[in-house]
Amino acid sequence: MSTTLWIIIAGAIATYLTRIGGHLVISRFENIHPRVEAGLNAVPAAVLTTLVAPAALSAGPTEWAALIVAGLVSLRGGLMAMFLAGAAVLILARQFVG
Amino acid sequence: MSAEAISENGAKSDFWQGVRLSMPVVVAAAPFGLLFGALAVDNGFSVLEAVLMSAMVYGGASQMVGIELFGQHVAPWLIVLSIFAVNFRHVLYSAGIGRRIAHWPLIQQAVGYFLLTDPQFAVAEHKAEAGETVGFAWYMGLGLPVYVFWVTESALGAMFGKLIPDTHALGIDFLLPIYFLGLVMSFRKRPLWLPVVVASAAASIIAYKTVGSPWHVSIGAVAGVLLAVILPPHHSGVEARP
Repeated sequence: MSTTLWIIIAGAIATYLTRIGGHLVISRFENIHPRVEAGLNAVPAAVLTTLVAPAALSAGPTEWAALIVAGLVSLRGGLMAMFLAGAAVLILARQFVG
Repeated sequence: MSAEAISENGAKSDFWQGVRLSMPVVVAAAPFGLLFGALAVDNGFSVLEAVLMSAMVYGGASQMVGIELFGQHVAPWLIVLSIFAVNFRHVLYSAGIGRRIAHWPLIQQAVGYFLLTDPQFAVAEHKAEAGETVGFAWYMGLGLPVYVFWVTESALGAMFGKLIPDTHALGIDFLLPIYFLGLVMSFRKRPLWLPVVVASAAASIIAYKTVGSPWHVSIGAVAGVLLAVILPPHHSGVEARP
């Protein structure tokens, strides 16, 4: 078996472990304490924020403009509308600013 | 109409409702599927290996990191460890989504966890938050198109990657943060949303500058979750429920 294939298989197993791991740990407890539940409810905002914040900080005015427009659109529109608006601002601005 | 036929129709419409919700995800992921395929071949993968990685790992960012390290001839175990580190955030998703899909048969749960990506988790959580049941048919409707397109785009990118023009001008490097901002915003009605976002943002930025990538994701996420755990329950709204 080639090294590449071995990497892919091991990477796939490692990834699947992260996808069931949290559930396997949590499901061992019969009752979930309210504070743990509060923590679980915070998971989406907590994790997804970390995928935006450092990238936003190390970006420039073009990217900030795209984020601001996308953020404003998301207050009213759906996910698709906000993504397309942000992408349009980003791509347009990059044609001029680079 | 028999009861069985009615429930089958219900599952069918649930499935298609999920498919409709998957469309923004498919659009947002498309450039990355193509880019992954192209970069994989660039870094010494065959077309088949690129497709296999997308089909088996099914985690965009971790795949990008994996092939980048592969191209730099990093030791295989270190590549696998890096894939694990980049995907570590799924542990939190998995802990969170378990409550929503615990009523499924085990084999369906096993499939469900395989498809557990960032948007899959976010959209499913959003549905549960609205008080709706997260059903298997709906979940597959949401997840399967994303999976099929992802694998197909990896193949196309691997075969025709040389044709991709200037990726910077197309903004490909910054499309994901925009998309993830949208997912963050979709949870803004949750109790503690703003404090959690601020805590996670601050911690992830500090960790990014000190510990470095990809651990800033896990560290930032844990900071936000811990804040929600530590704050008195009347802030987090969990006791307000019946």
